[in-house]
Amino acid sequence: MTLPIVEPSAALLEPPGLNPAVTADWLVAFLRDELILRRKIPRAVIGLSGGVDSAVTAFLCARALGPENVYAIRMPYRSSNRSSLTDAALVVEATGIQCVTIDISAAVDGYLQSQPDAGARRRGNVMARTRMVVLFDQSAKFDALPIGTGNKTERLLGYFTWHADDAPPVNPIGDLFKSQVWTLARYLGVPKPLIDKAPSADLEADQTDEADLGISYVRADAILECLLQGYSDAAMIERGFKKEEIELVRRRVDSTHWKRHLPTTAMLSNTAINEFYLRPVDY
Amino acid sequence: MTEAAALRVAIVQTKPDKGEYRANLRSAGEAFAQLAAEPPNLVVLPEASMTGYFLEGAVYELAVTAQAFARDLAATWREASGGQTADLVAGFFENDNGTYYNSAAYVHVEPRDERIVHVHRKMFLPTYGVFDEERFLSRGRHLGVFETAFGRMALLVCEDACHAISATLAAVKGARVLIVPSASPGRGIEAEGELASITQWRDTLRLAAIEHGIFVIYAGLTGFEGGKGMTGSSFIVDPRGSILVQAPATEACIVRADLDLREIDRARATLPLLGDLAAVLPNLLLDPELPLPRGGP
Repeated sequence: MTLPIVEPSAALLEPPGLNPAVTADWLVAFLRDELILRRKIPRAVIGLSGGVDSAVTAFLCARALGPENVYAIRMPYRSSNRSSLTDAALVVEATGIQCVTIDISAAVDGYLQSQPDAGARRRGNVMARTRMVVLFDQSAKFDALPIGTGNKTERLLGYFTWHADDAPPVNPIGDLFKSQVWTLARYLGVPKPLIDKAPSADLEADQTDEADLGISYVRADAILECLLQGYSDAAMIERGFKKEEIELVRRRVDSTHWKRHLPTTAMLSNTAINEFYLRPVDY
Repeated sequence: MTEAAALRVAIVQTKPDKGEYRANLRSAGEAFAQLAAEPPNLVVLPEASMTGYFLEGAVYELAVTAQAFARDLAATWREASGGQTADLVAGFFENDNGTYYNSAAYVHVEPRDERIVHVHRKMFLPTYGVFDEERFLSRGRHLGVFETAFGRMALLVCEDACHAISATLAAVKGARVLIVPSASPGRGIEAEGELASITQWRDTLRLAAIEHGIFVIYAGLTGFEGGKGMTGSSFIVDPRGSILVQAPATEACIVRADLDLREIDRARATLPLLGDLAAVLPNLLLDPELPLPRGGP
């Protein structure tokens, strides 16, 4: 008689999954503890871009704080895609959160008109940093806390503007890969057009994240997970990844560690802040 | 001393304000007052119960002597309970003449006096990834067991209990109830129902309870500290491995249960693994292939 052979299935080249119910409950508890209990600021402002990351953040904040305590700030520039505004409106409608629209064109152009040589990259950074200024000012206006919307993939790839997208003091989704954000979005009921459309920073016409990055989010997430778990390039190639895509992801991660830290400060004493003088953020 | 056959336990699953020792004592007092109508024999609080867990250098500002902590804890209990007798267990950061430990104290409180029954200093200080304990604290180096009115017990603080040999040695030394104050930052979001780290704690301590025929009381800190969520989920497991009760993960709460300590003997009669272990363990530990220092200090 031939015996059946039982063995583990081959490792899949897929990004890490998540249980959306467990994750949503945990993040709602995080937001409540962080805003209401610790910081005693039970209101949030979110830069609502029309993309899936800020939509998920808005849904989580609405659950945690109540929609009446969440302010979505739409900040279009004159060249922004019109659908970004309408997609953001779908989130406002679905959650019942408050919404303010502030056109940043005059502020951005007021500076850039003196910088005619600024290319797309500089212009995009000015827009992102202007949105940060508006978001923080609106947080003061509404006595609310700015909430970050950056996901783990873009943080690891350095695909964000330093001291802009990453500036808010609290971020519920920063340890979730983009593909996990999509799963969570479906569970939370984020409107389908936001989940289905190609992710875009919308800083230039027809821009998409995946074209900018040179790799799909699903593929990048799978590689990033392996990379963070300590797999060597050779071990990843054994698992079926291509050498070129591993190099692309590793190069982006390795060249952007600085973006995930506070500014580098020259140490001169044995009481240097965050080197010797160590106190937790919530102390 | 005749040991009691029943042990009424309450776990006060705390969500402390970071660094606010006095305010957290007051909050514990409010929970103690809730217990006064049906006073428990034993009240257990988590690791770092009065300060929060991630303190970094602030541990030097917040650590207290075991005597001061016992006095504060006992005074809080006495005031809240109207002077009832009880045993209290809680985790705290200990300052012993300028050497700092992550400790847990077992304190017997009488109407006018208190006595420290045992202080356990955490032996296994996690210092990897998100953890940084040994940068600031010293290791405990002894796993003691101690006598109570409810039989012999042992204390393990958090990672101490992740090493199977800790519970094993406590049980071989006669502990019938193992108390584990803990502060576990949650992670692992792929499984159904709860974070993976919560399941891991329950699995680990269920196995200890089943193997040795002991009760295990796990008191988990709760609340988020700088984005790291402590998983609460305090639970009590009986000597056959049944979870008698389990708290939610993210809420401060009180867990109560009445333990029938005769269950220990019944479970061991059914599954006498501890007796087997006690017989063979010396041979296992004397194995020259084990990477242990020989010949004493």
